[in-house]
Amino acid sequence: MAESITFKFDVDGSDFTSAGQASADVKKNLRQLGLSPEIIRRVSIAMYEGEINMVIHAGGGQAFVTVSENDITILLSDKGPGIKDIDKAMQEGYSTATDNVRSLGFGAGMGLPNMKRYTDFMEIKSVVGEGTDITMRVDIK
Amino acid sequence: MTVKSLAEKIGLKPLLLPDGDREVNGVYCGDLLSWVMGRAQCDNAWITIMSNVNVVAVASLSDVSCVILAEGVSLDADAEKAAADKQINVLVSDKSTYEIAVDLGKVL
Repeated sequence: MAESITFKFDVDGSDFTSAGQASADVKKNLRQLGLSPEIIRRVSIAMYEGEINMVIHAGGGQAFVTVSENDITILLSDKGPGIKDIDKAMQEGYSTATDNVRSLGFGAGMGLPNMKRYTDFMEIKSVVGEGTDITMRVDIK
Repeated sequence: MTVKSLAEKIGLKPLLLPDGDREVNGVYCGDLLSWVMGRAQCDNAWITIMSNVNVVAVASLSDVSCVILAEGVSLDADAEKAAADKQINVLVSDKSTYEIAVDLGKVL
């Protein structure tokens, strides 16, 4: 693959149950590009966690997935409330999600840690009151 | 062992079995979906009591070989449709998560 390909997704913030559409599409696209199942699994889980976060906390946002020869880069961008304490948010088990979200099986405080676990690089840029941009990269071995 | 023969051996009822020949290489038990995504391995059988549509997304993205719904839980209509669309194997049982895990431990 000589050139990179970018997929863009709008993440709908209003419907919690439809979250996962973008990650499912990414999974399909990566499969069509012939990437290995383990790479696809890592990218789609990281993406899904990000998508869930945008729905829970930010009222939706946008996702850009770029596939190039050596890596896959995911940019998640939202205009939500921002993350006050990124170090705390990165701790396993820390969550500000509501009981409603917890009753659906999320809000365990594992979203951001999972995104880090499944990617080779992750950077969070967040401004309280303005929004959050998260960049993740998965290297294709 | 395949999902189909495992279901037969320990008496799990198939709710959806679009890919019954898929191999099961181990088991993961859990209801917190991010925890499952962080720990379950590809081709595991996943035992849970959660039954909403997000379970289907997690099963698909984590690439588990089947979802086993414990305690007589069944999928709601949206979730069942999503599981059928995504070709997810779903088995159900009246037994508890622990009892199913014990049964699986004996045959796997």
